[in-house]
Amino acid sequence: MSEEQSSSVIDTSAIYDEVSDWHINAGGEKVVAKRLKGRFRNLKWLGMSIWSIFFIGPYLRWDGQQAILFDIPNRQFNLFELTVFPQDIWMLSLTLLFFAILLAAVTSVAGRVFCGYFCFQTVWTDIYTYIETRFEGDTPQKAHKFKQAPWSIDKLWRVSAKHSLWIAIALLTGISFAAWFTDAFALWGDIFTLQAPLPVWISMATFGIFTYVFAGFMREQVCFWLCPYARLQGVMYDQDTVLPAYDAERGEPRGKLKKGQVDTSKGSCIDCKVCVAVCPTGIDIRKGQQEGCITCGMCIDACDSIMDKTDQPRGLIRYASYKELHHDANLLPLYKRPRVIIYSVILLTALAGIMYGFATLSPTEFKVIHNRQPLFVKLSDGSIQNKYTLKLLNKTQQAIEVRYQLSGLEGATLHGMNDQITVEPGKVVPLTALVRVHAEDINKALTSIEFKANVINNPEISTVYESIFMGPK
Amino acid sequence: MADNKKNPNDVPDTGHEWDGIRELENEPPRWWTNALYLSGLLVLVYFILYPSLPLINDSTKGLLGWTQINEYKENLAKVQEKRAPFEEKLAAMTAEEILADPEMRNYAVGSSKVLYGDNCAACHGTGGIPAAGSGYPILADDDWLYGGDVNTIVATLAQGRQGMMMSHAKTLKPEEVDGLVKFVMNAAEGNATEAGWKLFNEKGCVGCHGADGKGIQQLGSANLTDQIWRFSGEEAEIRHTILHGVNDPSDPQTRIAVMPSWNEKLAVKLEALQWEEEPEYDGTETERLTETEIKKLAVYVHQFGGGETLE
Repeated sequence: MSEEQSSSVIDTSAIYDEVSDWHINAGGEKVVAKRLKGRFRNLKWLGMSIWSIFFIGPYLRWDGQQAILFDIPNRQFNLFELTVFPQDIWMLSLTLLFFAILLAAVTSVAGRVFCGYFCFQTVWTDIYTYIETRFEGDTPQKAHKFKQAPWSIDKLWRVSAKHSLWIAIALLTGISFAAWFTDAFALWGDIFTLQAPLPVWISMATFGIFTYVFAGFMREQVCFWLCPYARLQGVMYDQDTVLPAYDAERGEPRGKLKKGQVDTSKGSCIDCKVCVAVCPTGIDIRKGQQEGCITCGMCIDACDSIMDKTDQPRGLIRYASYKELHHDANLLPLYKRPRVIIYSVILLTALAGIMYGFATLSPTEFKVIHNRQPLFVKLSDGSIQNKYTLKLLNKTQQAIEVRYQLSGLEGATLHGMNDQITVEPGKVVPLTALVRVHAEDINKALTSIEFKANVINNPEISTVYESIFMGPK
Repeated sequence: MADNKKNPNDVPDTGHEWDGIRELENEPPRWWTNALYLSGLLVLVYFILYPSLPLINDSTKGLLGWTQINEYKENLAKVQEKRAPFEEKLAAMTAEEILADPEMRNYAVGSSKVLYGDNCAACHGTGGIPAAGSGYPILADDDWLYGGDVNTIVATLAQGRQGMMMSHAKTLKPEEVDGLVKFVMNAAEGNATEAGWKLFNEKGCVGCHGADGKGIQQLGSANLTDQIWRFSGEEAEIRHTILHGVNDPSDPQTRIAVMPSWNEKLAVKLEALQWEEEPEYDGTETERLTETEIKKLAVYVHQFGGGETLE
């Protein structure tokens, strides 16, 4: 090695300096977040309340039937008046696209709104910790004291009451999930008589266990180490995204404040650490944006309450964009942000697709499958015969009477068909059709031919399928 | 409150260092280590419940007694359970009745694919069209040597078929052969000449192929007036058929065309039924396919697209 090279070795002694105050909680420390009232706490309750649909939804009725039923055994989804069949699954793709992009759009505007207010992990953890703090103390100190206390009748009933409630919620979660896929009322009967089918028990056990473990024990560790969304936030944020942020220019230098005292040499932050105490993931927002922050705004409520007490203006911690905080810039209007515009366009496209799908949900699905083995048969009189399988799915609620008819190929005749067939709701009746054409009437190896399914008792839903007729070259 | 003073860099390292990057002795997350131990426990549970240790001739059985072949057999039993009511119903029906009942017809066709593939497709082709030039009869067209209604197809399957056409190598003069080849080719197009018909009648072809040349189904002789060729429409091949015949033991060059019997017992029974007699079995009759299988196959073949309806 030359001297020149060896002299250019990079000094790495300070490589960890930047992260020297990193704190990593890998599950070793239990976060006991203090609960305070406030604007964002109310907002969080509101967001959480949306999940009541999950519990109530399966019991809603519509026309005497379950309003929303994901009927897997019968391969159909019942949504109020509509029935969605596997053939309409593209609408599900669009729905998934819509929600995926909605997540990205909301994140680019206001950060991890989903994490903070709607995510099942956040919501269930919040309920579980609420129960825990009721029984075991609502501050880390009280919780620690409770844990250290010797076993007594009082401690025993508190611990068992907490776990009983947790397990009850976990089971209810499992049952509610299963209820979307079967008759909800019958399900309860089946469960209490132990007659429920195996998939119900499996989904109950799976959801029950995961709810209990994730919300009861893993909590913020799920957000830190398991959830991929936390890793994606970096690419969804930009400098115009508003996030719960600590206004360091106003707050620093932080320092304790004695009652009644006014100290102009210090910033607004009195280092009371209430913002840390209320954080459900146990982070310090004053260190800036970090992966543990689920943007729930609890620290904003906490800080506002302290600012009120110390007669300072609110908003030391507030929803603000990076540019607002560091460049004194104004918030850019949404329509000037390309990211938001692009997301909106995708959102609208997906939404339009879904609406188109629901508006034009076809009452039948007609498919004609040309038999490939053999492609065609020459008959004794020299005419050519092709064989087809006709499949008509009836997606309406009534039985339909169907008569098939050919068009588009001169001289073609349809054989092997009963005059009229009945297709029951939700059923497919496959029929074999033979089409014969005199050799003189075709001059190509491939000729297009149309099959028409005439619905006798509802002509409006008659439908046509274009297929091909094959002959010798 | 979380201890924010704890610094992950303040722990000892393992002594490994690359370019100033030290390997620290931080513990992995608790949930991670717990998951590791739990997975170890699962291995143990699995080890006890399932076959695990290979022995010399066998292996440990495991508490559940599960094996792949057992699972397969259970699944097979489930399929057979579903099929049983159909199979029982089929056994009591005639092929004609099966054909007339859409549900049973669908079942027969759907469940015969493997049966046909195993027993028939080798000669007759997957879709009822044999490989070009192979000389086996097409099942998908509407030309039938012995008849294309479903009952005749059952009989064909049961007893087998073996047609016979005499070798004419020694009895016909070359110009007569030429004339007959030309006649057969013209007849297929529907424009055979007077002289051709005369030759056809004089040389005895009429005896088997019928006065109108359309063949006689009782004999299984070919229809010469349609556009379907039993062997081939090529001039040289027609000449070969006329010269050497079909299944004529006296001519080594003769065409071989044999459909084996698939159920001799059923053949005897059908024969007796025809004469309204009690069937007399001699105990040597073979049954390569069951009667139900033959009915199903007959419906399957009939549904290729050329099946004839009963008058």
